[in-house]
Amino acid sequence: MTNSAAGSVPVARGYLEQGKRKGIPGWLLSTDHKRIGVLYLGTMLTFFFVAVLIGVLMRIEQLTLNPPLFAAQTYNAFFTLHGVIMIFLFVLPGLSAVFGNFFLPIMIGAEDVAFPRLNLASWYFFITGALLAVVALFTGNGPPDTGWTFYAPFSIRTGTNVTLGVFAAFVLGFSSILTGLNFITTVHRMRAPGMHWHRMPLFIWSLYATAWIQVLATPILGITLLLVIAERLFGIGVFDPAKGGDPILYQHLFWIYSHPAVYIMIVPAMGAISEIIPTFAHRTIFGYKAIAYSSMAIAALGSLVWGHHMFTSGMADQANAVFSLLTFLVAVPSAIKVFNWTATLYKGSIELKPAMLYALTFIFLFAIGGLTGVIQGALNVNVHLHDTYWIVGHFHYVMFGGTGVGFLAALLYWFPKMFGKMYNQTMAVVAWFPIFIGFNIFYFTMLVLGYMGMPRRYFTHLPQYHEAHVIASIGAFIMVFGLLLFFGNLLAALWKGKTAEANPWGGVTLEWQTSSPPPLENFETRPEIHGRPYAFNPETNR
Amino acid sequence: MSKPAAALTHTGPKDYQGAKLGMWIFLFTELLLFGGLFILYSSYRAIYPHDFHEGGRHLNVVLGVVNTVFLLTSSLTVAVSISALRKGNRRLTLQCLGATIVLGILFLANKYIEWSEEIRRGIYPNGPELEKLPNGEKIFYGLYYSMTGLHGLHVLAGVVVLTVMLAFVIKNRVTAADYVKLENAGLYWHLVDVIWIFLLPMLYLAA
Amino acid sequence: MEPAQEHSPISPYQTLVQVWLVLLLLTAILVFVSTKYHEALSVWAMLTLTPLKAGLVFYYFMHLKYEKPFLKTMVLIAIAALLIFIGLTFLDILQR
Repeated sequence: MTNSAAGSVPVARGYLEQGKRKGIPGWLLSTDHKRIGVLYLGTMLTFFFVAVLIGVLMRIEQLTLNPPLFAAQTYNAFFTLHGVIMIFLFVLPGLSAVFGNFFLPIMIGAEDVAFPRLNLASWYFFITGALLAVVALFTGNGPPDTGWTFYAPFSIRTGTNVTLGVFAAFVLGFSSILTGLNFITTVHRMRAPGMHWHRMPLFIWSLYATAWIQVLATPILGITLLLVIAERLFGIGVFDPAKGGDPILYQHLFWIYSHPAVYIMIVPAMGAISEIIPTFAHRTIFGYKAIAYSSMAIAALGSLVWGHHMFTSGMADQANAVFSLLTFLVAVPSAIKVFNWTATLYKGSIELKPAMLYALTFIFLFAIGGLTGVIQGALNVNVHLHDTYWIVGHFHYVMFGGTGVGFLAALLYWFPKMFGKMYNQTMAVVAWFPIFIGFNIFYFTMLVLGYMGMPRRYFTHLPQYHEAHVIASIGAFIMVFGLLLFFGNLLAALWKGKTAEANPWGGVTLEWQTSSPPPLENFETRPEIHGRPYAFNPETNR
Repeated sequence: MSKPAAALTHTGPKDYQGAKLGMWIFLFTELLLFGGLFILYSSYRAIYPHDFHEGGRHLNVVLGVVNTVFLLTSSLTVAVSISALRKGNRRLTLQCLGATIVLGILFLANKYIEWSEEIRRGIYPNGPELEKLPNGEKIFYGLYYSMTGLHGLHVLAGVVVLTVMLAFVIKNRVTAADYVKLENAGLYWHLVDVIWIFLLPMLYLAA
Repeated sequence: MEPAQEHSPISPYQTLVQVWLVLLLLTAILVFVSTKYHEALSVWAMLTLTPLKAGLVFYYFMHLKYEKPFLKTMVLIAIAALLIFIGLTFLDILQR
């Protein structure tokens, strides 16, 4: 299974020590896709934990009923920031920015992406946008209080720092667009000899589909944000009812991007799961083409359903009905993936390594999230569930239970390759228990709270909801404890972990054919591909 | 069989097709960026058909058409400049590139005259004359300034890029053998022209 | 990636000038129809002639005629995405 030629002579510490420049400039000015991936990882996790902290404060607020610990305006800023940071600075860049950057070239046998300097520019747009968002916190009349969705007309009228916050999001959009552009070109132009489209690993297909969404949908958000700024600064009137503007049109433009955005968030995570499952089932993936094409189908269909965020906005009935039907349809390609992953397990030789445990968890949590999505896609039900905690529970199941847990699984899978160190696998499994148990206590309770009528984005609540809020908050604290265990384990491994082999898991895709960590040029000699991916058993081709 | 990885990279021989593909993808993002404004325009036109019709009356059709001629001609000149470069006619290349830049600047000057006139007459967001007009016309002008303003910024960026290309051709950093930078700049410029092709009837000929 | 890259044919000057003349002609027709005729006709003129002009720029000036089918497909997908966004939004707008 292990290619004896690969990684048998560790080249110092690979890309971690090779490069044109040394020290900090070597990291901040490097156009090496692997270093850029690591830069994203470090900065994104920092933002993630800031947003987690804000989330903890929000849960404390709901624990303190008489009187609440924070004022209403403060809480409004909290949920806005929590959303903006989590969505724009963690989940959207997500697995693409970290694992896509690191592994896309390696998995297709290339030396780097098509436009390495543009790649570095993407990261600088990311950091600039993040810094602008931080500045928006402390200047002017304080942080935005509109929610991360910046709905007009409130976003036009409120005195808080919406202009700067929205501009920060605009800058972040460039990061996403340029990464998508880079990835599409790389996949078209830089595959190794023999790497036909249908021999590419499924993670690459998922990155490719995601890249198209990034390129086609993000500009719509860009123009919408610019128009909010133009409204606030010049009063152009397009979203202002006082001048004949239609706030529902704002929602259309906003969600034309922001719905496909959730597929930017989830599809790469699904791609990572498609890598992990075959490796630890020691079996080829079931339905390679179905999974590959379903990624493209999700990208396409997912662009047609945005109206389901607007069922109660005043949109016309016919539009409501069409969007509801399309929403049911978009569940199909996702379900296809779930069936194929499950079928891959059948008659496989399953090894429950940490990455596999978290990958299976992904399937479970994402299924719940997806199913709740279909439920709220029904018009009559949506009238009651819209803007309640049900919605909050739903999107945390898909974004956190889905993308978040997928990110954790990918980290457990690829950490040894990226850093050449092995973490404590027992600890990774130990951390799973509080994460999984806490997660479900927390977010399932939210589904119940929403069903009972608890509205979202409220700084306090009626006494009848208090018991459930206490349960949810306890679940949250347990979950956060688990996250600290998880990341503490990985941090410790960076310093004190044992050296990792080139192929600790017995994977068959190209990244396992080079050393851990990989050398600067990724491979000693350029690979040539002769057969299907995921060929664990060449005789039976399974 | 297997070549050393270093020999097959893009630090070495450039990938012409890849560079062009990258530019086309960037153009898609520009298409969708303006596309958001097109979504708004078409929606509001359906909501306020009369006011949009009336709004166009205050615009100067002659200046709009003149600008159209400027841009269409500049597309011709930049396309000719690329053919000329590939055929080895450096003089024609430089003349046509220069003409493209001049036409771009003329477009911007024209736009400045137009806007100045409209602002002088009080027709701008929150301006005295616009306040008196019905809501639909307020929206029309909000879109007019947004679309032509965003477009104008792109024209300005294009003029800057083309000037840099002119310098590159003079310094032989863009040649008949390696002309993809100029071709990509041309592609960008053509898209700016295409956007204006739509803006002319949407704004000026709406009346 | 092929070491020797294919470059598409050079656009002849004559073709470029001809396309330019057609574009000017189409513009003249558009202006004429919209200033002289009933609104419905001018809207139809706009909806047909304007995409035609844009198509000429794409096909000849932007060299799309000589590009590989996959790039032509990508252009169509980008345009289709925009049209679908407008179309689905109109499902709402037209009913209110």
